Amino acid sequence: MSDMKIDKKNYASAQEVKWCSGCGDYSVLKQAQLALADLGLRNEEVVFVSGIGCSSRFPYYMNTYGYHTMHGRAMAIATGVRTQNPELSVWVATGDGDALSIGGNHFVHAAKRNMNMVVILMDNRIYGLTKGQVSPTSDKGVITKTTPYGSIDNPLDPVKLALGAGATFVSRSTGKNQKLLRELLVKAHQHKGFSLVHILQNCLIFNDNVFDRYTDKENAEHSLILEDGKPMIFGSEMDKGIVLDGMTPKVVNVADVDPADILVHDATNEDSILPSMLSSLPLDKFPMPMGVIRQVEGECYGESMRDQQEQVTSKLGSGDLQQLLRGNNTWTVA
Amino acid sequence: MQVKESGFENVVIRFAGDSGDGMQLTGTQFAAAVAQEGNEIVTMPDFPSEIRAPAGTTAGVSGFQVNFGKSNVRTPGDFVDVLVAMNPAALKVNVAVLDKGGAIIVDTDAFNAKNLEKAGYESNPLEDGSLEDLEVYALPITSQTLEALKDSALSKKDRGRCKNFFTLGILLWLHDQEPDYSIDYIKSKFARKPDIADANITVLEEGIAYARNKGVPQAQFKLSDKRLAPGEYRNLSGNKAVALGLAAAADLIGLNLYLGSYPITPATEILQELAVLKNYGVKTFQAEDEIAGICSAIGASFAGALAVTNTSGPGMSLKSEALGLAVISELPLVVVNVQRGGPSTGLPTKTEQSDLLQAMYGRHGECPMPVVSASTPGDCFYQAIEAARLAVKYMTPVILLTDGYLGNGSEPFLVPKVDELPDLSGLKREVEPEGFSPYRRDEKTLARDWAVPGMPGMQHRIGGLEKDYVDGSVSHDPVNHEKMSLIRQEKVDRIADDIPDLEIFGDQDGGEVGIFSWGSTFGAIRGKVEKYRAEGKSISHIHFTHMNPMPKNTAEVIAKFKKVVVAEMNLGQLDQILRAKYLVDSIPLTKIQGKPFREDEIANVIDKLL
Ligand code: SF4
Repeated sequence: MSDMKIDKKNYASAQEVKWCSGCGDYSVLKQAQLALADLGLRNEEVVFVSGIGCSSRFPYYMNTYGYHTMHGRAMAIATGVRTQNPELSVWVATGDGDALSIGGNHFVHAAKRNMNMVVILMDNRIYGLTKGQVSPTSDKGVITKTTPYGSIDNPLDPVKLALGAGATFVSRSTGKNQKLLRELLVKAHQHKGFSLVHILQNCLIFNDNVFDRYTDKENAEHSLILEDGKPMIFGSEMDKGIVLDGMTPKVVNVADVDPADILVHDATNEDSILPSMLSSLPLDKFPMPMGVIRQVEGECYGESMRDQQEQVTSKLGSGDLQQLLRGNNTWTVA
Repeated sequence: MQVKESGFENVVIRFAGDSGDGMQLTGTQFAAAVAQEGNEIVTMPDFPSEIRAPAGTTAGVSGFQVNFGKSNVRTPGDFVDVLVAMNPAALKVNVAVLDKGGAIIVDTDAFNAKNLEKAGYESNPLEDGSLEDLEVYALPITSQTLEALKDSALSKKDRGRCKNFFTLGILLWLHDQEPDYSIDYIKSKFARKPDIADANITVLEEGIAYARNKGVPQAQFKLSDKRLAPGEYRNLSGNKAVALGLAAAADLIGLNLYLGSYPITPATEILQELAVLKNYGVKTFQAEDEIAGICSAIGASFAGALAVTNTSGPGMSLKSEALGLAVISELPLVVVNVQRGGPSTGLPTKTEQSDLLQAMYGRHGECPMPVVSASTPGDCFYQAIEAARLAVKYMTPVILLTDGYLGNGSEPFLVPKVDELPDLSGLKREVEPEGFSPYRRDEKTLARDWAVPGMPGMQHRIGGLEKDYVDGSVSHDPVNHEKMSLIRQEKVDRIADDIPDLEIFGDQDGGEVGIFSWGSTFGAIRGKVEKYRAEGKSISHIHFTHMNPMPKNTAEVIAKFKKVVVAEMNLGQLDQILRAKYLVDSIPLTKIQGKPFREDEIANVIDKLL
């Protein structure tokens, strides 16, 4: 354990951390530093890119290369880093407003290209840095400074969006579940491709307790921790399960059904039917799926770009500048 | 034929037809053929922004203008000597550009009732006497093309499409040009479709024979005096020149080139050209939008590439926040703006110089950036290298301004020898972990150290928040912010020591009138000034390439002239800058019609001053 501590410190920069004390981001930072230690990454090969928002201060606290960029554009900039140098370990630290509202287009495209990067999405369902406005993931009806009579907007689910865009690694954890979070960050990095770690992160200043339902021990009724190849069982007593009644999922008491009828998680299936179903369950009746929701293989854009460049070069030979300047069609004036 | 019987120096031909008639190809081929003879040429495509507006309508007319000759060929030509009109709409749109006494070649097959109506003609201009002053060659081009191909196995549609090469044949005959160059071109272009190649060659030769047999006169168009300096030439458009210049710069500096881009008229060709050059270490990324285009380039620059993004007006507006990030991050980046008519979507296919103030000042905060402009299609090559040089040497984003006219227009380009290009080796400074700080600066250039991910011992964090002058950590200290703002400005200002002085074309001691210009107006202004000077007038031409910072002798040069005229294709942007910076009561000479200056438009302002 003491070794681990040194390793974690190895990834902490000298900059003083300036989140509100008690902010859920602290836990994410700690788990990310632990995950880097678990992965044994060299400081200089790691790049953290972020946008704007509370969570986007993340890179300043990491003893790695880091770039705190513009609101919404972290994934576009990380795409440039990754395509320029596919050897680097690229991480994006972002929030719900940054990734899903102003940066939604880049999120969708980074996912569909299967850009090989880990996206740590710290979702507190509120605009924290601007002091408390409704965000794209806020629940309908929520009262914030810009929705004094209740939000009339529908929330967007980043897991569903990522699945729809073809993301090859989609996962979720609460900020509080440190063990799961660390494990997911490690797995996300080990996965080759676009890896989303959606984190339900508490903002105690502007949206406190919004995730209590998923974090309180007594409320394990509302979280389903998925494990590949294992039946979908949840509840404080692990007494509830999910079955399919025809095409319709249902919550049952495990004791009431044949154990073989309980749905078994399969994150690695080529199609995304099961992950899509899991991410579409109405949360008033079903638990929130956590863990690795989908993990499939796919070609990564940055690597494909490099491979294509190598193929063309081996076919045509390394370009000669003088030949390029001449082109194919010259004439001589005597 | 009455056109320019003798003693003329240049000929202007305009090819016009439906977007689908292949007039761009015919024009390009004709230009290439006359260039082989050592003529100076300047070309200007002029196409509608719709890809293929309804056939036969004036909205769908696509044009290509070629000016060629033995001297003073600097613009595509103000008026046209020969107009090729493939249908009534093409005639209607273009007949006004014919000089009195010009010639028209029309395809009579297209002058039917339906097409006349679509073009909005109430009577047939070929019959109603409205073209009386002009030499009209009414030739059945479509039917002759089909006749020449009656034994071909091609479909009727494909045979009909060959008519542009029949037209090219007529023009080659008219100017007494050999068809060899065009035949070689057809063979290589249609190498995989030999039946189409054969058909086009047949038709080209038939076109020549037909013109000869019908007694279309020639010879007086033959321009044999050679004026280009000896050497090896290629034809090059401004957009291609930018692509080549960037690839060359990356090679000379020893970095790989990275282009993050999003398609936009008239800048897309740069992306297309660079996408081919994978074996030159060039990476191109077609992003999801303009913002991702520049952001990916900034990311690549952070990771150690010579990074570039290219766009036109609307895209430039979208990129402006990211430009601020590149400025405060002090990362090298070249931003190419191929300007077009604005604001908003404006005139996408027409040229303008109206983004100068945007390039100079169009960002929030104190956000200085070097700005370089190109004067001719070939100059785009050299200014792309210059923009890259400044970006890497001074660790700053640099804007390169070209425009639609330069980008699409072309000219013979003297192929440079690699070892005659600027020596850029050593431009990228080595950085050491010892005492490293991301904002450690070179004393002379003030450029900060460029450590890139992967380099051990130099992990650092940069970003859009203001940074401490010494250690590069986030700083909200007001005095530090002022210091950093001043140093970013000072860094750009110091570039003035590293660029050439303004040159005076004309009277070195000044005189009555100095015309100041920048960018693509070069040819039109220089050409007119040469003529004035030949008449003994006291007038000189001063052309800017570096817009920010301006050359150190700018104030001194301005002061030499009694009257300072500032010519540009906008409503007076450089004029405003010169007034503000140098307190000169300058006279604007402006035009904003999507077309380059004509001589008479320059004369309207200048004649009164001389
Ligand atoms: S405002 Fe909320 S999200 Fe932001 S640092 Fe404070 S607690 Fe964290």
